[in-house]
Amino acid sequence: MPSCSAKCGRNAILKRPKTSDVLCKECFFEAFENEVHFTITRAKLFTPNTTVAIAASGGKDSTVLAYVLKLLNEKYDYRLKLLLLSIDEGITGYRDDSLDTVKQNRDDYEMSLKILSYKDLYGWTMDEIVAEIGRKNNCTFCGVFRRQALDRGANLLKVDYLATGHNADDIAETVLMNILRGDLARLSRCTSIITDSGDGIPRVKPLKYCYEKEIVMYAYFRKLVYFSTECVFAPNAYRGHARVLLKDLEKIDPTVIMNIIHSGETMKVSETSKMPKLTNCTRCGYVSSQEICKACVLLEGLNKGLPRLGIGKSSKVKRLLKENEEKNKSSGICRGEEDKTCLCSGTDSMKPVKINELVLKELRI
Amino acid sequence: MKITIQFGGGVHLLFGNIKLHEIDLPDREKHWTIGDLLLWMTDNLLQERPELFLQDKSVRPGILVIVNDTDWELLGCADYVIQPKDTIGFISTLHGG
Ligand SMILES: [Zn+2]
Ligand SMILES: [Zn+2]
Repeated sequence: MPSCSAKCGRNAILKRPKTSDVLCKECFFEAFENEVHFTITRAKLFTPNTTVAIAASGGKDSTVLAYVLKLLNEKYDYRLKLLLLSIDEGITGYRDDSLDTVKQNRDDYEMSLKILSYKDLYGWTMDEIVAEIGRKNNCTFCGVFRRQALDRGANLLKVDYLATGHNADDIAETVLMNILRGDLARLSRCTSIITDSGDGIPRVKPLKYCYEKEIVMYAYFRKLVYFSTECVFAPNAYRGHARVLLKDLEKIDPTVIMNIIHSGETMKVSETSKMPKLTNCTRCGYVSSQEICKACVLLEGLNKGLPRLGIGKSSKVKRLLKENEEKNKSSGICRGEEDKTCLCSGTDSMKPVKINELVLKELRI
Repeated sequence: MKITIQFGGGVHLLFGNIKLHEIDLPDREKHWTIGDLLLWMTDNLLQERPELFLQDKSVRPGILVIVNDTDWELLGCADYVIQPKDTIGFISTLHGG
């Protein structure tokens, strides 16, 4: 067995993907924590005497994030008030285990925990939405609502920062996806370590440069308890393909992860290219490429008893709204796959939905 | 040869939902490598979707293998020769959170 690259005399227990160093357990903990500290201080992520909500799902990334932030906050006296923020989608049975894990985090790390439900944030639970819309299209709601839930929650709690557990593999994957989709607006935003969703509460990613392998190894050797959901095993569209491609490349050469992030960071969109302009939703203020964001369109549909409003492309929805009953032959595809942990991912939901039939049926009141 | 197999990060879902398996590998002339074990597991333990566990005679990228609390990348990966009473863990990194 090789000995630790740090020359501490102990046996190595893992090979670091980022540097190929082989480290013992103690030197690995130190290297991992120091790197997160370095990321935080170099990017000046936090100012002292502020409140940071940690987006907590009970999964590996948010569990490691909560553990390391608590440790660094004490070790380096960041003077941050840390709290856990969890979202309950209101799907019977689904969140029970992961919320139990988050409650365990709360007790282990002595942080307060706020669980906000879709009911708190949107006035509807996913169960109620499924009852309205049926199983086939709930992916759309789930994905769109999920993406905004943490922002809305942070806003509701009036915290100063929202910290998420996005790791290096996640970010490299998002860069790839935005390239595959040609989504230049998101491509230039997705590598930022600090982003603003329109409400003035910065979203920060302290684990941005941490490899997924190291996060899992860190949790394993620190014996942190986390929850793994099954849904990621469901192969879904781009997210799934981009993930598989990335993991295959990483196996050949782990530095591709950092290279892709670096490419994303330094890529500049030419000034002459046509960029979809991102503005803020006129209803809720969330960053959006449309006047009214997707969540607000979906909510409007639910609240007006037209739940299928907003499934499909927004331009088409607008037209449908205006022209009301004009028959057109467009089709929309569930966009739930945009969220890597979409709860209702499944092959059914990927089938194209004929929007003209669905919407027209709903509009005939 | 008696060894212990552990699953983490959701891999147990492919193995009948059981996280810990005490197994007894059949005696034979040739030694057992992890590569051999993977095939044995596929035939004897795996319940569903083998493509989510195996790829090109190794584990699918994104599944970490830990032998007696050591990264298998330090031990020769699939060529590691299994010893009696080894504990071999398979942990998926492919989960959200
Ligand atoms: Zn060491
Ligand atoms: Zn809105």
